[in-house]
Amino acid sequence: MSQQPTTENAGSRREDSGRQPPYLYPDYVSTRLRAPEKPLIILPKTLSDTTGPAYGRGPVGELDHDLTRQHAGEPLGERIIVHGRVLDGDGRPVRGNLIEIWQANSAGRYTHQKDQHPAPLDPNFSGAGRCLTDGEGRYRFITVKPGAYPWKNHPNAWRPAHIHLSLFGEAFRSRLITQMYFPGDPLFGQDPIFQSVRDPEAQRRMISTFDLEATEPEWALGYRFDVVLEGRGATPMERA
Amino acid sequence: MGAGYTPSQTIGPFFHDALLDRDRSELVARDHRSATQIRGAIYDGAGEVVTDAMVEIWQANPAGRYDDPEDDRGDLPLDEDFTGFGRSGTETGEFSFVTLKPGPVPGPDGRPQAPHVMVSIFARGLLRRLVTRLYFPDEPDANAADPILSSIEDPALRDTLIARDEGDALRFDVRLQGENQTAFFEL
Repeated sequence: MSQQPTTENAGSRREDSGRQPPYLYPDYVSTRLRAPEKPLIILPKTLSDTTGPAYGRGPVGELDHDLTRQHAGEPLGERIIVHGRVLDGDGRPVRGNLIEIWQANSAGRYTHQKDQHPAPLDPNFSGAGRCLTDGEGRYRFITVKPGAYPWKNHPNAWRPAHIHLSLFGEAFRSRLITQMYFPGDPLFGQDPIFQSVRDPEAQRRMISTFDLEATEPEWALGYRFDVVLEGRGATPMERA
Repeated sequence: MGAGYTPSQTIGPFFHDALLDRDRSELVARDHRSATQIRGAIYDGAGEVVTDAMVEIWQANPAGRYDDPEDDRGDLPLDEDFTGFGRSGTETGEFSFVTLKPGPVPGPDGRPQAPHVMVSIFARGLLRRLVTRLYFPDEPDANAADPILSSIEDPALRDTLIARDEGDALRFDVRLQGENQTAFFEL
């Protein structure tokens, strides 16, 4: 608690381990003009970051977790259930915590004016949802499997299918935005966003697992994705 | 249990409908008698304004208390209507918040910290969020004594964390790269 702030060189403890992405990853072209160049300043732990927004209080509608029921008709695509638990580094459940997700439709197109990929929009799919974790840290979404889509990062670049997740955790320091991928995707190797996490174990932590138990017969395939967030009290040692 | 943390990935360019569908930029009403407006632009390494970022703030209330059970200093009042959390996009070229100036909060070794706002920046091209702090220009003494600010040796880098008074608002521009790059923190 009492260490004084110090600076470290451009990398950082997290990046050096390969378990978190670096800011500068030149293969992901957008990092080149956005990654900070000066050393980060190590911030000693104080109430300013061991507290955080109890954002879970915000209203969550009964159907906000079901992306297949936000319109008059059903979206096209492979119906899936995405579920899992949100835990802190000690394996304790993160309860009553808001999870927000967004994704492309089954054709690989976002309902966003800046997405110009010439794949069809689905009038029955907006691709945004939210829910709260329960008393065991569990969450569950119903959606359709997103399609892969091209982007202009490098010639013939394609993003592997993914769902974006935003989580708060218990404290300012727990805040995480990540992407959940699907098992066995052939596009991992050429995707610099996925590859920016260098450690193979850490890469696996971004990939959901097919879950036959969660699969509902005659209805939807199940995928499991657990998320581990930093707790209020995590020490640099635990992070190493 | 040895489980590692889930890695961070970029927010990408397509988050608006999911994360900004509700306006969270006004932490208090604009006509609140102590309302403070904060705004700023984010510049990339080419000097271009970043219009696809999301900025979040987290701060104590004017009494210096955080709205979180972890801050159990019961002698300081909580304000039910003030959560201390805000979120803004930058589609207009600037992020913008209407909030209240926080009070001082405890720092390392029990030394007080000057009033400040925790700031997270998410954007395409940021594989992890950037964390910075906004300090207030009308607190020269508290800022000089602040343990975090005073640990930054380069005065120019330190000054990037102090907002500028523009009369009707405080300006907090963020530069991601270059000579005048903003100071960013590793939590």
